Amino acid sequence: MTTRLVVIGAGMATGRVLEHLFESEAGYDVTLFNAEPRGNYNRIMLSPVLAGDKSYADIVTHDADWYEVNGVTCRFGERIAQIDRVAKTVTAANGDVVPYDKLLFGTGSNPFMIPLPGHDLEGVIAYRDLEDTERMMALGASNKVVVIGGGLLGLEAAAGMAARGVDVTVVHIMAHLMERQLDEAAGYLLRKALVDKGITVKCSANSKEILGENGHVRALLLDDGTELPCDLLVMAVGIRPNTALAQEAGLAVGKGIHVDDQMVTSDADILAVGECVEHDGAIFGLVAPLYDQAKVAAQTLTGAEAAFVQKELSTKLKVTGCDLFSAGDFMDGPGREDIVFRDPGRGVYRRLVIADNVVVGAVMYGDTADSNWFFGLIRDKTDIAGMRDTLIFGPAYQGGTPLDPLAGVAALPRDAEICGCNGICKGQIEDAIAAGATDLGAVRATTKASGSCGTCTGLVEQVLAVTLGDDFVLPAAQSICACTDMTHEDVRRMIKSQRLTSMPAVWQECGWKTSCGCHVCRPALNFYLLADWPLEYRDDPQSRFINERKHANIQKDGTFSVVPRMWGGITTPNELRAIADAADKYMVPTVKVTGGQRIDLLGVRSEDLPDIWADLNAAGMVSGHAYSKGLRTVKTCVGTDHCRFGTQDSTGLGIKLEKQLWGAWTPHKLKLGVSGCPRNCAEATCKDIGVICVDSGYQVSIGGAAGMDVKETELLVQVTTEREAVDVIKAVTQLYRENAKYLDRIYKWMGKVGLDWISERIVDDLDSRMALVDRFEVSQSIYRKDPWAEHASTRAETYRPLANLSLEAAE
Amino acid sequence: MSNWIDIAALGDIPQRGARMVKTALGCVAVFRTGDDQVFALDNACPHKAGPLAEGIVHGTSVTCPLHNWVISLETGQAQGNDEGQVATYAARVEEGRVLLDRAFLRARVAA
Ligand code: SRM
Ligand SMILES: Cc1cc2nc3c(=O)[nH]c(=O)nc-3n(C[C@H](O)[C@H](O)[C@H](O)COP(=O)(O)OP(=O)(O)OC[C@H]3O[C@@H](n4cnc5c(N)ncnc54)[C@H](O)[C@@H]3O)c2cc1C
Ligand code: SF4
Ligand code: FES
Repeated sequence: MTTRLVVIGAGMATGRVLEHLFESEAGYDVTLFNAEPRGNYNRIMLSPVLAGDKSYADIVTHDADWYEVNGVTCRFGERIAQIDRVAKTVTAANGDVVPYDKLLFGTGSNPFMIPLPGHDLEGVIAYRDLEDTERMMALGASNKVVVIGGGLLGLEAAAGMAARGVDVTVVHIMAHLMERQLDEAAGYLLRKALVDKGITVKCSANSKEILGENGHVRALLLDDGTELPCDLLVMAVGIRPNTALAQEAGLAVGKGIHVDDQMVTSDADILAVGECVEHDGAIFGLVAPLYDQAKVAAQTLTGAEAAFVQKELSTKLKVTGCDLFSAGDFMDGPGREDIVFRDPGRGVYRRLVIADNVVVGAVMYGDTADSNWFFGLIRDKTDIAGMRDTLIFGPAYQGGTPLDPLAGVAALPRDAEICGCNGICKGQIEDAIAAGATDLGAVRATTKASGSCGTCTGLVEQVLAVTLGDDFVLPAAQSICACTDMTHEDVRRMIKSQRLTSMPAVWQECGWKTSCGCHVCRPALNFYLLADWPLEYRDDPQSRFINERKHANIQKDGTFSVVPRMWGGITTPNELRAIADAADKYMVPTVKVTGGQRIDLLGVRSEDLPDIWADLNAAGMVSGHAYSKGLRTVKTCVGTDHCRFGTQDSTGLGIKLEKQLWGAWTPHKLKLGVSGCPRNCAEATCKDIGVICVDSGYQVSIGGAAGMDVKETELLVQVTTEREAVDVIKAVTQLYRENAKYLDRIYKWMGKVGLDWISERIVDDLDSRMALVDRFEVSQSIYRKDPWAEHASTRAETYRPLANLSLEAAE
Repeated sequence: MSNWIDIAALGDIPQRGARMVKTALGCVAVFRTGDDQVFALDNACPHKAGPLAEGIVHGTSVTCPLHNWVISLETGQAQGNDEGQVATYAARVEEGRVLLDRAFLRARVAA
């Protein structure tokens, strides 16, 4: 006697069930319903169809002949509307009632549509079936498309349409693409490859509304106000198991249709496979586990014993030219270690995550040839203790090639600028070497490279080493930290000449040996990036020392000190009252007058910081940045206002300077002083930048200090107007910001580049001076603001404990 | 009663950062790494009790804000030439929530 099997959905999972079932000749009489007007096809190959590499005919998995030979009654284009589990019948959309002995669910999943205003406009589609694919294939070079979602599906849709010449923008809510499969470094390489294909990629972008015109989509509006015009909007943000029918039929349903290890639902005569199921708390979105489920379901139907077991999964992206692979779980799990390999020249990145001598996760970009081998290690939980040192190089390299410290420089193109002062590119240096300049002196003499400020010396030497091989012995240079072989100067040049605008970009292109840097290199990189790309780069608080992250100085007992600005050392009775009130209210143990002409409130609790700041803000005071590698104080004397010797308004100039410069981040702290006459009561000549007022104008001198080293400033220039003095000081500050090594104060930097080099750019060349002033102002348009006000209003929560379990019983 | 205490959303802790949890016996620092692992440690450096929650997180380590000792988040052990250890507690992430093992409260009473 044959058994009647009704199948709901002709998808990838049920197709496999039927294959296994007919192989076993179990004598089933099958009726196959499918809501799509077609039979089983290979859904994952829709992406190659979209990209034009395959046709629909190529991806059909079961054709009319196959159904006929196996006696399958095909009811394609017909959705099942209802199930009667008592009568054991299903009802098709047209009202036909079909009886079953066994029922198999394979309804897949529904694309999730974010319920943004306008999501129901014509032209807003998902990416799930042939109809969606055909909508996208109908577009051409004159069309614009926005894809919401930078995961696997969204990127395959974007790449497929871009290959057809369509103008595609991908909008992704997270900071990097495919964040569930990739880490930042691989996400950076992927983004770079997609941008090279002409795709615009917007990360950390929040969609606000879909705008329409006559009922059709016109543009996507982001919450920062950007409008992205489009003729079609593809939403690829995730899927939800399609469980509505099962739920109506009264089956046990959670996230998906509950099944046991035999793929049987809460009704013994009903089975389910594919994306619609939930097994042991998990739901599925890739075909590998669905195929395992299909095999088990077929065995259950034929009475054989079988159990479905969840396995590790791996992901690849089907976009030509983007070779990436990710496997295992990166999300949690204690006791882990990283092994990282980067080859900037070939754009290769590999990272293995290891726990207890077993590989638990792998991310690879650029060279995925060994991915199956690594996936095998993960799946089989192979003990890798014996091959640990060479593991990262893959199976062919057991024996090992060392990491190449010169890879970053070797990878630079010929037009990469090495010497910023003289505009000398790598190619010119190579040519000079080829023409016989085989040491630094000769290269310097023939090309001028590294002949001015000298900070690119390390890079020039590396070009020599790469070009001459063993004939050039690289002098040992101090690298930033153990994460890299490059010096601060080399990295700064790379950031500028290769336009590296994010930390993952620096890590990759400079061949960092760790996955995300350390406490030594990250603060330096954060400064270099924000100084060089003030508009593109966003400050990373997590790469800052606690004082700069919390905008207050940490004390030895974990409390903080709070120093409000007193512009040029001038205060008012109201400000003093507000400080006194705050000291009372927050029970500040110590109130001290600092060496910088202002008042320090020491011993404030972290939780109280946002509140004390808000109180001080209310009295008109802002952060004094007493914690920052940035502008600290501008000390002044009383000048012409009161002093019988004063020649200019030194107090007024000090206030002006502090108001122009505050908020600016610098390589190290920056202190200024303005004295009204050469008696120098403001100690201006031992500050980083000092001004001595004289009858004929203003003497601006630089490079002083009175800390671990005591240095007297050297005269840079004398100018006649206050305006010029301010410009010169802004220009010096900007030149210092753009060129100095992190944690070098001006005197140290000046010791390396020379006063003459600074003077050439600020005193002799007025265009250069004004260009520096302009760049300083661009940066200040972002950074000249009070961090206290910002944190008090938007981030106060982060200063308080995450949870209070003091009252939680510990029985 | 579940053995895990739901503390907060993962997103409440910045990546490569930490937040503090108050308990009757002092503060515990809950860390989140760049790849979204979480760890819970006593918020006191073995050197001079520096608040580890305020340190810079890199890989699975944190650098103490007071004198730059590097502490492993996994073992609580000081790295390099420094010697010392901080107590660690079981923590994990589930569906975007940070959970602490209830046993840690007991451990803190015993400590
Ligand atoms: C509060 C204050 C002392 C005081 O009570 O007067 C002070 C306090 C600190 N100084 Fe200072 N310095 C203070 C004026 C000075 C001065 C005098 C001045 O600015 O006129 C100097 C010498 C001048 C100079 O900088 O050249 C000074 C030279 C230093 C140095 C050595 C810098 C150097 O390059 O050699 C350090 C260490 C460092 O920055 O690396 C330092 C570091 C520190 C730190 C931040 C130590 C630390 O890292 O925790 C102290 C923080 C205390 C706190 O928690 O608030 N402090 N420090 C002064 C704050 C001024 C202000 O209003 O912002
Ligand atoms: C563009 C694209 C690319 C992909 N790439 C990959 C990849 O590279 N690797 C990978 O592993 N996975 C990939 N996937 C995911 C993979 O395709 C799915 O995991 C797989 O197709 C799910 O199989 P399924 O049988 O559960 O559901 P489906 O294949 O979706 O089949 C379900 C079928 O049931 C029908 N149906 C639903 N309700 C009813 C009803 N009431 N009555 C009748 N019929 C109904 C639907 O119309 C549908 O045809 C990709 C998916 C897409 C869309
Ligand atoms: S002199 Fe030393 S002890 Fe005194 S405030 Fe400055 S850094 Fe601290
Ligand atoms: S207290 Fe942590 S290093 Fe000193």
